[in-house]
Amino acid sequence: MSTASDVYEAPKVSFWNDPKIRSALVQVIMLLVIGFFVYEIVDNTITNLTKRNISTGFGFLNKSAGFDLIQSLVSFTSESSYGRALVVGFLNTLLVSSIGIVIATLLGFIIGIMRLSRNWLVRSIATLYIETIRNVPLLLQMFVWYGVVLKSLPGPRQAINVGDMFFLSNRGLNMPDTIFGDRAWLGLAGLVAGIIGAIVLRSWARKRQAATGQPFPYVLTGIAMILVLPVLGLLMAGWPITFDYPVLGGFNFSGGAVIIPEFMALLVALSIYTASFIAEIVRAGIQAVSHGQTEAANALGMRSGITTRLVVIPQAMRVIIPPLASQYLNLTKNSSLAVAIGYPDLVATGGTVLNQTGQAIEIVMIWMVVYLSLSLLTSSFMNWFNSRMKLVER
Amino acid sequence: MSSAPKTSAYLRTEDAPLLPAPISMVGIQGWIIANLFPTIGNGVVSILAGAFLLWIGWGVLDWALFSAVWSGDNREVCAVEGAGACWPFVYSRFAQWIYGFYPIDQRWRVNICFLVGAAALVPMLMPSMPHKKWNVLFLLIAYPLITLILLTGGQFTMSAAAFLNAFIILALAATFLPLVAFGIEEGIQSNRIGFGLAGFGILIWLASFVIGFSIWHSALGSFSPGSIGAAIFIGAGGLLGIGQLRGAANSSAQAALRNWLIAAAVLFGLMLVLKLDFGLQEVETSQWGGLLVTLVVAITGIVASLPLGILLALGRRSKMPIVKTFSVIFIEAWRGVPLITVLFMASVMLPLFLPEGVNFDKLMRALIGVALFSSAYMAEVVRGGLQAIPKGQYEAAQALGLSYWKLMSFIVLPQALKIVIPGIVNSFISLFKDTTLVSIVGLFDLLNIATTTSNDAKWASPQTGATAYFSAALMFWIFCFGMSRYSLFIERRLNTGHKR
Repeated sequence: MSTASDVYEAPKVSFWNDPKIRSALVQVIMLLVIGFFVYEIVDNTITNLTKRNISTGFGFLNKSAGFDLIQSLVSFTSESSYGRALVVGFLNTLLVSSIGIVIATLLGFIIGIMRLSRNWLVRSIATLYIETIRNVPLLLQMFVWYGVVLKSLPGPRQAINVGDMFFLSNRGLNMPDTIFGDRAWLGLAGLVAGIIGAIVLRSWARKRQAATGQPFPYVLTGIAMILVLPVLGLLMAGWPITFDYPVLGGFNFSGGAVIIPEFMALLVALSIYTASFIAEIVRAGIQAVSHGQTEAANALGMRSGITTRLVVIPQAMRVIIPPLASQYLNLTKNSSLAVAIGYPDLVATGGTVLNQTGQAIEIVMIWMVVYLSLSLLTSSFMNWFNSRMKLVER
Repeated sequence: MSSAPKTSAYLRTEDAPLLPAPISMVGIQGWIIANLFPTIGNGVVSILAGAFLLWIGWGVLDWALFSAVWSGDNREVCAVEGAGACWPFVYSRFAQWIYGFYPIDQRWRVNICFLVGAAALVPMLMPSMPHKKWNVLFLLIAYPLITLILLTGGQFTMSAAAFLNAFIILALAATFLPLVAFGIEEGIQSNRIGFGLAGFGILIWLASFVIGFSIWHSALGSFSPGSIGAAIFIGAGGLLGIGQLRGAANSSAQAALRNWLIAAAVLFGLMLVLKLDFGLQEVETSQWGGLLVTLVVAITGIVASLPLGILLALGRRSKMPIVKTFSVIFIEAWRGVPLITVLFMASVMLPLFLPEGVNFDKLMRALIGVALFSSAYMAEVVRGGLQAIPKGQYEAAQALGLSYWKLMSFIVLPQALKIVIPGIVNSFISLFKDTTLVSIVGLFDLLNIATTTSNDAKWASPQTGATAYFSAALMFWIFCFGMSRYSLFIERRLNTGHKR
């Protein structure tokens, strides 16, 4: 029927109408325009910088900072360098966002499940929470926690006292500090051994269940291992732990550890705000599991607890994880609002450094690089997690 | 066998009377049993939850209404032990919360902007109202112009050089008109001389850069020998281009010419209107504040982010590698960093990027930062809509021979944008809340002015701060909650029969 000569031959397209040439042209023009803009910006910046006598480069990071930070995870004094100040700020950002992520997830899951409750009152409390918190700016909530709630706590002398160990006042939460003595590493070793043991146990239990159908309560056993082994390690070392209790002296507490009110306000505001979004994600995820799945599980005679754990939640997680990841990113980015209440996070310390040195470009570049890499790290981890949870189809 | 019919003992010949449902299943009692006390454990939870709700509700009501202070002229009425909210403070400062430091005798200008905006927006938001096209045009073109002139006073210096700029741009466009009307090859053929002249003009301008004598070296459009020479040649090229179109009788040539004329009229009209002096007192943006700034930042951000976001979304789905890479990098870079750093960047780095003499005020810089930031988010929203359009729509349009831009603007985008209206409203809500961050770079938005006024010594009392935050929160809540309800309403309306 068809011979080689019948094969359809595309008509010659004229030069300008050839899509390849067109797209090449468009891209060349675009490159030129972008190049022009970049050139202009760089040129203007260099002119402006020389005019203002600002030298570029990261040399200023080694200079002594000359300011104090109210919270630092590594030692920091006013003689430390600007670079170290930024590291402290970065660690503070990590601290508040990682704890915030844990609390927001827990709270969000609880509220999200409450929203699906059969009980009308429970449902309405969850709805009230979500609709109130979601529709008020985070910065305002932060001001309320910091400026109204925490400021109205009693002073150190009338602090709310829990068992002479925890003191809540408008100076923060003072609590005992743990001091690890010699050989305390045995406790840490116990903890590591417990975690590894729990992981090994889990994989063994799963294999055995797959082979024989015999379940093994690996969750409880694993938790027990993680809790008991460090204690055992410490006992072997002769319990080298002492506590340093906060003591009221003069107008403030001395000794012990303190959680500063700035940190508390930021953490509470971030967790509560993000939890309201997570709750909606959780609700949508659970509702996305089709009713047939629960009915099928019931028909197989599974109890409702097992149905939820083994049928509903694994499927709901597939819907929940991607938006959850972006909420985690949002929380991390929103932690930069710390600058408004004076918690020394990366943006706040960077702002102070910027004001003192005038190195705007370098500081903004550090901010952008740090936050971008945090975002990329979190999103790649969540992508990996998501691909593990994903439904494997043909 | 006897065949006598058996009579049953009793056979009911009519229906039993219908009984009402058990009292525990219907009415208030039934509802309470089903929703609050289905089991004992649930009942206990209900009692606890109810007590919690009552406690919270009573606390708020008591603070805001029953123990609140309602009248007075200074802090003494509020600084009383056990007093609740300090409402006279809000009452005395409320105008400042709305207008900021806008001159009191000029506030009518802000009011007009609010009223006109509301009057144009309400029919826009109601799906049943007609003339959507004119409504959109008014909101996107006329309304910004009106507000710009009313709010600032319209004292813009529009130099003659700016008109020369506009002339050159329009003339260049006219040179290229034959390409649009006749297609590229024929277009080039028909207006060779015009292109030659325009190209020579551009060469003169470029040469004036390279040569760099002080009188030659100046930006395009300012009065210098270089740019005036360029303008003459480019203008001649444009005239020839228009001449070609006037000679041609086909409809696409006429359409192209008409569009060009409209564009020219709009551009010069805008410049003339901005140049006109309306006799309004000038109000600098540093005097703006309160809800006015919040609304200006949020609305400018969302309006500017729409076109940018659409372009970025199209770029991200483009098959051209450079365009795609650029769009992806742009979008992800903005989305990866917090808005605060963007605002800091806009306020401390933008001045460094600009050539000498070009200066933006604080509000303008924040607006640029917000617009770029939200355009990245808008791009992702629009991309979601583009992905939701079935491939058949693209293929059908291509089979009809539509070009890329026609395919996008007549087939794909109208459907995609309609789908993402809820997404756009949602990003508007988050942008509206994020406007509070401009207070960190020193603008007096609603939150900042509420905080500042509550620190005023005249009203200092233990409850002033709480009252200020409560009222500001209530105002934000009303806006955001209203918008989220609207988004739900639109979602339900657009959801025509896809849901089970």
